[in-house]
Amino acid sequence: MKMNITSEKGMAVAVLSGELDHHSARSLRSELDRFVITMQPERLAMDFTGITFMDSSGIGLIIGRYKLMKEWGGQLEIRAPQPYIRRVLKLSGIERIVKIV
Amino acid sequence: MEILNEMKIILPSHSVNEGAARAAVSSFLIQADPTVEELSDIRTAVSEAVTNAIVHGYRGTKGNIELTVRLLAEREIYIKIRDKGCGISDVKQAMEPLFTTAPEEERSGLGFSVMESFTDRLRVTSGIGKGTTVVMRKRLVSNGD
Repeated sequence: MKMNITSEKGMAVAVLSGELDHHSARSLRSELDRFVITMQPERLAMDFTGITFMDSSGIGLIIGRYKLMKEWGGQLEIRAPQPYIRRVLKLSGIERIVKIV
Repeated sequence: MEILNEMKIILPSHSVNEGAARAAVSSFLIQADPTVEELSDIRTAVSEAVTNAIVHGYRGTKGNIELTVRLLAEREIYIKIRDKGCGISDVKQAMEPLFTTAPEEERSGLGFSVMESFTDRLRVTSGIGKGTTVVMRKRLVSNGD
């Protein structure tokens, strides 16, 4: 699991790649939170283009970051998930609270 | 139903083995020529069950997870994931969507919902102090196209 984060003009983009499961989510979560809490961006985009697998651990990761961003009124969006990842997202109903683009 | 082929592996409950379990199941099922979607469904369901065993079954302790995969007649896949952890006191409640006993680990409580949705049949049996067994079945409807 790899992550590359950039931030510009209040917009942070975390480009993720690899398999997102309970094992990888733990280290990803702490690395992402360190950055986001320091920067407190207005918007955070998690780019899922390179995610090749995701189970419900990914849903927990997204909900956790949604709650974190809400602490300072920020917004979260999920970018470009693969079709099989969209199925897990749809099952969770997370589309109701987080923008999927 | 006739067993055409079978794989049994035992994995220690290290979280890194969530990926190892998925990889082993994928490798074994290639012979059945599933579609990408079918294989993805099975991998996801296996990942949920193995993660449950690690996070809930063996919470704070270590133990083994037994994974059995069978290729049955008529392209049916049988998967059994068994732990000898703490067990589930109320299986019905545990299977309710969004129910979790590990919110601090950001568990969404959707593991059983995913298993149920991505397979044809799901059976969970558990005993306090004895562990939990998850059995899933899925028939491959594709011809491997």
